[in-house]
Amino acid sequence: MKKVKILVFSGYGLNCEEETKFAFDLAGGEADIVHINDLIKGIKKIDDYKILAFPGGFSYGDDTGSGNAFAGKIRNHLWNDIKKFIDNGGLIIGICNGFQILTRLGLLPALNGSYGKAQVELLHNKTARYVTRWVDLQVENNSPWLKGLNGFSAAIAHGEGRFYADEKVLSEIKKKKLVALKYIKGEICSYQNLEANPNGAIDDIAGITDETGRVFGLMPHPERAIFSSQSPIWSWLKEKSLRDGKKIPEYNLALQIFKNAVKYFNKKLLK
Amino acid sequence: MAVRIEIGSKISDTRAVVKKASLSDLVFFDKLESLELVDVHTIDKKISEKDLRLVMVALVSNVSQEVGIKVCPKEFSWAIEVGFLPGVTDNVANTAKEITEDLLKTKFEVNEGWYTSQITFVIGNLSENEIRELSLRLYNPLIQRVLIKSYSQYQRDGGMDLVVPKVKLDDAFKILNVDLEKSDDELTVLGKVGILDENGLSRGPLALDLTYMKAIRDYFRKEKRCPTDIELETIAQTWSEHCKHTIFANKIDELNKGLFKEHIKAATEKIRKNKGKKDFCVSVFTDNSGAIDFDEEYLITHKVETHNSPSALDPFGGSITGIVGVNRDAMGFGMGAKPVANVYGFCLTDPEDKTELYRDAKLTQKMLSADRIMSGVIAGVNSGGNQSGIPTDHGFLYFDKDYRGKPLVFCGTLGLIPRKFGKKKLYEKKANPGDLIVMIGGRVGKDGIHGATFSSELLDSGSPATAVQIGDPITQKKMSDALIKEARDLGLYTSITDDGAGGLSSSVAEMAKETDGCIVELDKVPLKYPGLEPWQIWISESQERMTLAVEPKKWNEFKQLMERRGVEATVIGEFTDSGKCVGKFKGQTVMDLDMDFLHNGLPPRPMLTEKPDFGSDEPKKVKISDWNKEIVKKLKDLNLTGFEFLSSQYDHEVQGGSVLKPLQGRGRVNSETSVFRPVLISKKAVALSSSLYPEYSNKDAYWMTACSIDTAIRNVVSVGANPDKIAILDNFCWCDSRNPKRLGQLKQATQAAYDFSIDFGTPFISGKDSMFNDFSGFDDKGKPLKISVPPTLLISSMSVINDVNKVVSIDLKFSGDLIYVLGGLTNKLGNVPSFKAKVNLRLYRSVFKAIQKCLISSSVSVGRGGLVMALAKTVMAGMLGADINIDGLNNQLSTEDVLLADNQGCLLVSVDPKKQKDFEEVMKGNKVFLLGRVSDKDDLNIRDGKKKLTEITVDKLLKSYRSTFKNF
Repeated sequence: MKKVKILVFSGYGLNCEEETKFAFDLAGGEADIVHINDLIKGIKKIDDYKILAFPGGFSYGDDTGSGNAFAGKIRNHLWNDIKKFIDNGGLIIGICNGFQILTRLGLLPALNGSYGKAQVELLHNKTARYVTRWVDLQVENNSPWLKGLNGFSAAIAHGEGRFYADEKVLSEIKKKKLVALKYIKGEICSYQNLEANPNGAIDDIAGITDETGRVFGLMPHPERAIFSSQSPIWSWLKEKSLRDGKKIPEYNLALQIFKNAVKYFNKKLLK
Repeated sequence: MAVRIEIGSKISDTRAVVKKASLSDLVFFDKLESLELVDVHTIDKKISEKDLRLVMVALVSNVSQEVGIKVCPKEFSWAIEVGFLPGVTDNVANTAKEITEDLLKTKFEVNEGWYTSQITFVIGNLSENEIRELSLRLYNPLIQRVLIKSYSQYQRDGGMDLVVPKVKLDDAFKILNVDLEKSDDELTVLGKVGILDENGLSRGPLALDLTYMKAIRDYFRKEKRCPTDIELETIAQTWSEHCKHTIFANKIDELNKGLFKEHIKAATEKIRKNKGKKDFCVSVFTDNSGAIDFDEEYLITHKVETHNSPSALDPFGGSITGIVGVNRDAMGFGMGAKPVANVYGFCLTDPEDKTELYRDAKLTQKMLSADRIMSGVIAGVNSGGNQSGIPTDHGFLYFDKDYRGKPLVFCGTLGLIPRKFGKKKLYEKKANPGDLIVMIGGRVGKDGIHGATFSSELLDSGSPATAVQIGDPITQKKMSDALIKEARDLGLYTSITDDGAGGLSSSVAEMAKETDGCIVELDKVPLKYPGLEPWQIWISESQERMTLAVEPKKWNEFKQLMERRGVEATVIGEFTDSGKCVGKFKGQTVMDLDMDFLHNGLPPRPMLTEKPDFGSDEPKKVKISDWNKEIVKKLKDLNLTGFEFLSSQYDHEVQGGSVLKPLQGRGRVNSETSVFRPVLISKKAVALSSSLYPEYSNKDAYWMTACSIDTAIRNVVSVGANPDKIAILDNFCWCDSRNPKRLGQLKQATQAAYDFSIDFGTPFISGKDSMFNDFSGFDDKGKPLKISVPPTLLISSMSVINDVNKVVSIDLKFSGDLIYVLGGLTNKLGNVPSFKAKVNLRLYRSVFKAIQKCLISSSVSVGRGGLVMALAKTVMAGMLGADINIDGLNNQLSTEDVLLADNQGCLLVSVDPKKQKDFEEVMKGNKVFLLGRVSDKDDLNIRDGKKKLTEITVDKLLKSYRSTFKNF
């Protein structure tokens, strides 16, 4: 069977493209890292892919607001291709800086199909400081990206991750069940005595989708939560399973997100 | 005509709230109601109103921001606008310019520009004096300008002023011929003060002493001509302490080949020979980083640099260029290694230190305050490391009041490089005659001129502000990706090196050794702004650049790839085999130096040492009556306390390889050692740590060094590294290095480096020195003073771990576990520890074996702060209590000595009681002492026999541990 092809964006300071590709490949897909300029020049084509991933990073150094400049470049050169990609049923994920790009580009939440209009924003953390830690997440909607998951834990690392929407937009997002992930106090927060919400996000929102559920953006990094050894609780779990005479699983729950995306198309191929 | 766009916030702006909070120590803080921030873009380009509107939309978030020609709050008392001085790197402006060029399909010409600034509107009834004082907190006069207006003035003027901070330089270039046929006194002055321009002002120090000046004079006598300014500047760069490491290279006492060759390099050579087939070094001392085996396919590289002098003047700029600079030492290793981990270390004075220092007697040039320096250097590595997508896995803070004049900023980078691509070895490189000299990345400006010669001098009022620069991590990231992830494996270049200290003069002239000559056309070098003199172009240290050798037939392909990646690449000359380093400007030859003279012409400068006598008093007897109080005091001590605020703002998760993190366990306690996986499909990992003991230096520099080496080794052993597979790095940050007594200390230190690296079998693979960390200035009464750092040696360690699943963290895991001290506690409080490397190495081998057999469930290296600190750390990290009894551990020593004294060669581990027998079996032949058990209560109870010493809850310990930097 031909593998599902994933395009992982790179360039201008995006920096999580390699581990994002790694996660998709591990999940059974075939991911290519593609520089945005190769798409603009027509050397590579969005059409050739089923899944688009905007990985984390620091595109344009967050200058003029995180995600803004990269979103501008897409709007100036690739807007029609992206719009067509969504209309044709493709999957899109934006992680951290990728999420910021998708909101600036107006692909999320795109209420009532208004793709292209920015309606929400990821503001400076309430401490105005970059923060790196792990968070626990609860799955809130039925996005194909999140199938079979109730929740998972993952790393965050961002300076501008505080989800914000004005009251009107927020109530519509909630009404339409576009909130995909919420920060909760789960395994890691309990273990490390951390508060659930790391950045002051409204309603503890960590990720949202568009109305199709196929465009998904989140601040946490699932690609950094693939192996159980990546988790801060691993050292303790490892010792515990040693005493229980069990083997610690090699992979973490977050891998499911990448598997879901690949499976979504594999199933379609089978039909 | 330039236009201004002002951008304000529609909703509460966190940045303003946090900025206000950071001013809480001002006496008049209560009068300050609130702040509002407005970001300003000044566009120096003709632009239609319609286009301007499009630009506004592109720059601004419609969700949270408002934009206009003038944006201000309804009410305010003062407006303070801070912008950059001409020529200072303005990253936001560069991005805004790029956005606009892409949006409007236009180009900014050389005489057009874009500048950003920020207005802080102050709401609250502050006097003019108070607002001036507040403004000092918002800018650094060395790189920024400020404009303050009262509300009424603002209204009267219709807003702030239109300021275009354009660099204005005279376009006509001039080559000066410098006459060296002068008296010794005059030559001495010229070497110190530097070449004078037409107005009689110094262009900045050459840092060439009389012996060097005479050697240069003699060379040009033979050439029958005067040197040009650029030739003299080139020699000054090449011969600088920074580039030639003369103190380590020259004969010292009986050591004819100098300290580096006879002590450091000789040790590594001997160790490699001793190891025979088990030698894991691949490239040592010759390249930009040192490299060791990772696995069959990859090598791992490491390099640690310092960036001290610039960080004293502009801490943010100094430290950001420190970290992105050392990233290029990975990128410049072999054909280019991918940076996979950053490390940092800041030696500072207490941020509460209120000592005021001035660079001049008239008290007009004030040095930045201690807390500004601290927050600045922290922010610099934050920006540089985080934006580059390189995990910051390990680092430390160390405090001593003698770092007030010059902070030490250590930045290091580990890199990953395949051994081969096809048949080509990637860890070797060689340019060929005829290859093009190609400069890529950032452009050249006046920034960083005289950085290399400057760091060879002490810091005084003549220190040039141009020695300071601000990094641009994204320009570098683009270059790094294009090189390491694409061009390298397409075989598009033959050699590569980093443009660091000395700029092109250093990188090109160094690479030209590979072919024995070069010819450079300086007018081809792309500039940030026109009007630079040829010598400035040649020695500028503008950041984010690398120099490559490209075969002419590969140039087109290379250039096209770089263009597609948004990276500027320019041919600036050709490598030759002429034996000459030639520079041309607009057709005229402005430099023509013999390669041999340039690189080998510097006269030897033998040194003699004297016995150091900096030793301090005998340690005082200490008697502790309240141990609970003592432990709380320790946990709040600047050098022992937690710094989560710092560890958590540096991304250590990016690239997905993090295993043992900077903060460990339930209690999130700072660890000494981190472990990460640079290759995600591999089970192999890298452990890294570091160690320094400046507090021992003046008592005993020999044992200071020995202890630093032992600790750096023990730290990686504590997580599971094989002691026979550890590589180390040295960074000497000395002071006053013309003083024979300081040299005496240095010689003791390198002697110990030789002795102990051989005894432990841990080769040095790379190193760096910075020999003049002295501040010479004035106190707040105008009285001259000099502050020298304590001689500081940082030893960094790294080791490749075969199976990541075996590594051990610092936290206690289960109640009932047995707690052991491994190794002998023998030292008395206040003394510098001494030890036998053989004994420690035997223990470390046993620990390695025990960890491989999964017999150890937690492990802490006993380091600074003694046994009690190690106990506190493991208890806090596990958030589990412990019942400890020190009776019998060493009855020759007082309780104070046992618990508080520094020791080497000791670890504190916990063991599953079911594994007691196996564990003790493996540890046979070593000193092992069962201290107690992990309890099911949450107290740390330490007894000495029946005598109760501590009874303190883990919560209380953690609260103290987190209190010192609570407000950071």
